[in-house]
Parts: sequence; structure tokens; C-alpha cells
Amino acid sequence: MASVPPERHLLRAKDIADARFREPLDVPALARAAYLSPAHFSREFRRAFGETPHQYLLTRRLERAAALLRNTDRSVADICFNVGLRSVGSFTTSFQRVYGMSPTAYRAAHPPLERALIPTCVLQAYARPHGSSFREDTNAA
Amino acid sequence: MLEQLTHVQVWVHDQDEALAFYTEKLGMELREDVTVPEMGNFRWLSVGIPGQDVSITLMAIPGPPVFDEETREQIQKLMAKGASGGLFFATDDAQGSYEELKSRGVEFTQEPSEQPYGIDAGFRDVSGNHFRMAQRSSG
Repeated sequence: MASVPPERHLLRAKDIADARFREPLDVPALARAAYLSPAHFSREFRRAFGETPHQYLLTRRLERAAALLRNTDRSVADICFNVGLRSVGSFTTSFQRVYGMSPTAYRAAHPPLERALIPTCVLQAYARPHGSSFREDTNAA
Repeated sequence: MLEQLTHVQVWVHDQDEALAFYTEKLGMELREDVTVPEMGNFRWLSVGIPGQDVSITLMAIPGPPVFDEETREQIQKLMAKGASGGLFFATDDAQGSYEELKSRGVEFTQEPSEQPYGIDAGFRDVSGNHFRMAQRSSG
């Protein structure tokens, strides 16, 4: 039987970030899912997917937060905790950096999306913020 | 003109492993299994959902003469990184199917969750192919 390419384990860790971002998930937990040490895991993840696992997890959380800001009337703090972040201060800072405006301003500028037939998994994958100007906030997760 | 979609193809890392996964875990039936010795033991292997005519061809990622070794390795890596397209299935009971498939060892990427169009869940095969199943809300 052909041996499984090592990238498959990295994909498993990425899937876990997408599925369990609401939990207090961190990079060492993701590394365990890929059977690698955290440092080695971060390097390999970046080599495979072009960004660090920390960055991936944070932008996944920010994307979900943006969707909740847009489609619900829950408070900013409530949304912050709901997407697995523990500090409202660093959430607001990261959000501002990635979206160029505060969570409150984002909500005001973006009316709820119309009931769509596009699968949520597709929206979730395409809406995740990503850009070369993105800098990591190591305190946010 | 075109009349019917009959087969869709997915790349698989290992055909035996994939056949076991699609039949034993996903509950599909074996449709075609033909090996051609004069074509380097090329194996045409397909499965499908009982009662539906569309087949899924479980295609091994070929080396020469179809792809050079480097290309084959690139496809293998891309598959393992989850770069495959997806297949979408319908179910009449997302929660029940989730529990059944999970108990058989299927790796879920997303538990059943409420969406504007119904309840959906995501899972992968051993090769990294991505699947969704949705229980559409009526009306």
C-alpha cells in the first residue's frame, strides 16, 4: 500500500483549525494532530500552505467573527469569545489590522448577507482574510 | 447533445484502500473493476450510490506515460493538501448519517450544522478528497 504523503497530516491539522476554532485551540494542539513537534509543525505547515498555523487559525477566527458581526446582533465581546479568542482587546486590534476598521464599524458598513444557496463551507473558505500585509499578532490567540 | 452525467473522477492515493473506504465506510457499491495488463495494469475502478446511476471513478494518480514522476508527485502532494475539488451528496438525515459514518471511522471536517439551506456536514476520504452532505430544508 502506498505510504501517505506527509502533507495529509498537515491537512488534518488544518481541518481541525476549521472545525474546532471555537475551542481554546492552539498551535501545539494542532501539531499533535499532525504528529509533529510545534516548531517543526509550524515550518512544515507554512511550507505546505504558505502561512503559519497561528496565522491560519487567527484568520479563520476573524472570518467567522466578521460573519457573526454581519449576520447577527450579538455583542463584540460575545462574538470574540464565540470564535475562540479570549481577549477582546487583542481581538479588536487584530480585526482592525486585517479589515481596516473596528468590529463595530465593520458591522455598520456591512448589512447582513441575503439568504444564500452557496454552501457555508465555500463562503468560509473564500472569505478568510489573507494578504501579504498581514502581520501576526502573537498575543491574539 | 449531451444527455447524462455518468461518471465523475476522483484521484485516489491507493485504489484498494479507496475501494474499501467507499464501499465499507461510505456504503457505496462496486460498479466496475477492470485491470488492463497491456496498459501497465491500468485499473478502471468505479463505485456508486445504490439506486443512483452516476458512478465515481477511483483513479490512481498515474506515472509515465501519462504524467512524469515529478508531476505525479505534485498531484499526490496537492491531493494530500486538500486541493481536490469536492463532491456534494444529499441525505435525508444529516445527524443520523453523521453518527453512522463516524462510527465507521470516517474523518469529519465539520459536524452537522444548521445553514440557511438545511443541515450540512463535511468529511474527507483517505486521499484528502473533500465531501459534503446536506439535508436540504423543505420548501
